[in-house]
Amino acid sequence: MSESAAVTPGDIVREAAALRRSLDAGFREEVVTSLYGEVERITRRAVQDSGSGPLELDQRIDRVVTSRLFGLPLMLGILAVVFWLTIVGANVPSQMLATAFFWFEDVAAGWFTEVGIPWWITGFIWHGVYRGLAWVISVMLPPMAIFFPLFTILEDLGYLPRVAFNLDYLFKRAGAHGKQALTMAMGFGCNAAGVIATRVIDSPRERLVAILTNNFVPCNGRFPTLIMLATIFVAASFPPAVASLVAAGSVVGIVLVGVAFTLIVSWALSRTVLRGEASAFTLELPPYRRPAMARILYTSLIDRTLFVLWRAIVTAAPAGAVIWLLANISPGGVSLATRTATFLDPLGWAMGLDGVILLAYIIAIPANEIVVPTMLMVYMSQGRMTEMDSMDGLRALLVDEHGWTLLTAVNLMLFSLLHNPCATTIITIYKETLSAKWTAIGALLPLALGFIVTMFTAAVARAVFGF
Amino acid sequence: MSVEHNCETCPVHAEMAQLGAAVGAFDRVVALAGNPNTGKSTLFNSLTGLRQHTGNWPGKTVTRAEGGFQFSGVRYKLVDLPGTYSLLSASDDEEVARNFLLFGRPDCTVVVVDASALERNLYLVLQVLEITDRVVVAVNLMDEAKRRGIEVDTRSLARDLGVPAIPVVARTGENMMALLGEVAAVASGETVTQPLRSKGTAAFERAVSKLVPMIEATAPGVPNARWIAIRLLDGDVPVEEALASGRLAELVVRQQKPDARFSRKIALQGAQ
Repeated sequence: MSESAAVTPGDIVREAAALRRSLDAGFREEVVTSLYGEVERITRRAVQDSGSGPLELDQRIDRVVTSRLFGLPLMLGILAVVFWLTIVGANVPSQMLATAFFWFEDVAAGWFTEVGIPWWITGFIWHGVYRGLAWVISVMLPPMAIFFPLFTILEDLGYLPRVAFNLDYLFKRAGAHGKQALTMAMGFGCNAAGVIATRVIDSPRERLVAILTNNFVPCNGRFPTLIMLATIFVAASFPPAVASLVAAGSVVGIVLVGVAFTLIVSWALSRTVLRGEASAFTLELPPYRRPAMARILYTSLIDRTLFVLWRAIVTAAPAGAVIWLLANISPGGVSLATRTATFLDPLGWAMGLDGVILLAYIIAIPANEIVVPTMLMVYMSQGRMTEMDSMDGLRALLVDEHGWTLLTAVNLMLFSLLHNPCATTIITIYKETLSAKWTAIGALLPLALGFIVTMFTAAVARAVFGF
Repeated sequence: MSVEHNCETCPVHAEMAQLGAAVGAFDRVVALAGNPNTGKSTLFNSLTGLRQHTGNWPGKTVTRAEGGFQFSGVRYKLVDLPGTYSLLSASDDEEVARNFLLFGRPDCTVVVVDASALERNLYLVLQVLEITDRVVVAVNLMDEAKRRGIEVDTRSLARDLGVPAIPVVARTGENMMALLGEVAAVASGETVTQPLRSKGTAAFERAVSKLVPMIEATAPGVPNARWIAIRLLDGDVPVEEALASGRLAELVVRQQKPDARFSRKIALQGAQ
């Protein structure tokens, strides 16, 4: 052992290299060939394949689902059907929940007043914290309870890898890794999870591209916002017969804008700061599997719906409190909420939005889920107390009292697609890249694009359509 | 978690208990390896009672998830590794799997294979057998294979591979007890396997046996000096680097600790 005590790792590597040279040049191929031969032999002995069954059905389905001609249109069609079902199905339960919650707000506030509890406690608890929670639950719970099971069925069925397959050549042309289509698909579930999923990409360059662009697809937390905006504002500008179709179409449109930005930004990155060629990879299309319905309901309702809802509630309660305080602390007779909103108004106007919406985005930085409820609470705390007993009442509040137009709704949808990632995703980007620089770029790049895009659409809408 | 079983009457769970994420004190470590999308996470969930999110697509698990179960009075820690086609290349997810198998010293490794695609899955099995002899092959998705007219003779497979091979259906829990029985026997050393290993040419074997003692001298406690020697002869750059930087010895220690908590939390919450 006296000899081996002096051995260093460098010695071993050098020794290995020397031995490698001494070996027959073909030894590596020999090893691989014998491995293949062994595997083939074992398989032949153990497997009896009568060569029939649904495998061929799978392949026939895939020939259509992943074909150049039908692949993409079919994908858009499926997406549209999912959103349409969500919108049509969520409408009535949302209204019922809102009615019940706001009825109880009045009743409970009434009790507090009768017992002689000071007005500001009543206001803080019931018109602040409780109202925030009530909004979040009634506008988010029904769409999520429909959308998530549908999404999970597609996932379980094995459709998502087909989506990746269909989009692969687009990503390759953008200089990105084909597997980025998969991590993007995961981003639809949760951007933080999508960022973690980029670990399947080997090349650091392509992985960074995938991380920086993951936020361009709307996550579970943002879909309810998009769906609600589409239902209440975009669809309401059209006759009832086509309203829900228009609403579903506009959500699909937003998703397409997100995918387009993913590709454009990936392309731009891989031609500038992250220059390089796309590397090749193999993507396995798994067999279609019959979804396990009980597990789907469990996963999508408990893990996803309640997870997102709980996150929203945890952030909405303090947000409700903050808003109530901003609205009721009035130095010089003008509330803090109004002051801030007025200050932000010029920027908001340039973006086709208004100061209140920007204020809501600032308050809602911890979680995207609560942007719309936050915004509504600021509006309601400003004007006279409108009876908010229905979604129509809500529309009336925004359109009649606060001058909302189709432009406002569309730009709000665009801005909710293109802005900074939520706090969880930003932390995840840092953990995965371990770089403050790339984290900052990942957070600010979408926000900058959001400013540019909304200002552009606002300018065009005003110049061309006279909004 | 109660250690006693209060369910003596039901035959299936009589000697098995799910311990969820409570892996504080355990007697043995079992790793789950396999190609992507072969049902590792489904098996993991059914054994631990956890709800690691599963999905019908390759690459769903990118980090290690850990859970526990108890079988015949022995507490096991179960580690669900990311799916890999091979242990030779090294993207981040594949390295997680490879490092754990090499340095985590699991008492037993269950390689989950897809019964419908046995041939492709066997490359990984043979590579795992090069690293460790404590292996049980779980031939999963037997129901799906049957529907396609594919029959797998697991006895022939076990004979050829030299390790136990058990047909299972992880989704329905079919044959789970048989699998656990083999895992227990292999982990305790009761079953001694004779894994199939490729024998190289005489010159190759001489080169390997020259390197092995050198590796063992520089990185004491390295469990798979032979495998490392073969990789070095093959010119595997990540292995060379790990050896040169002393990371090899460090990995042996580090693999005993849980993976990044944050990522695991997200994976377990099913936030995907």
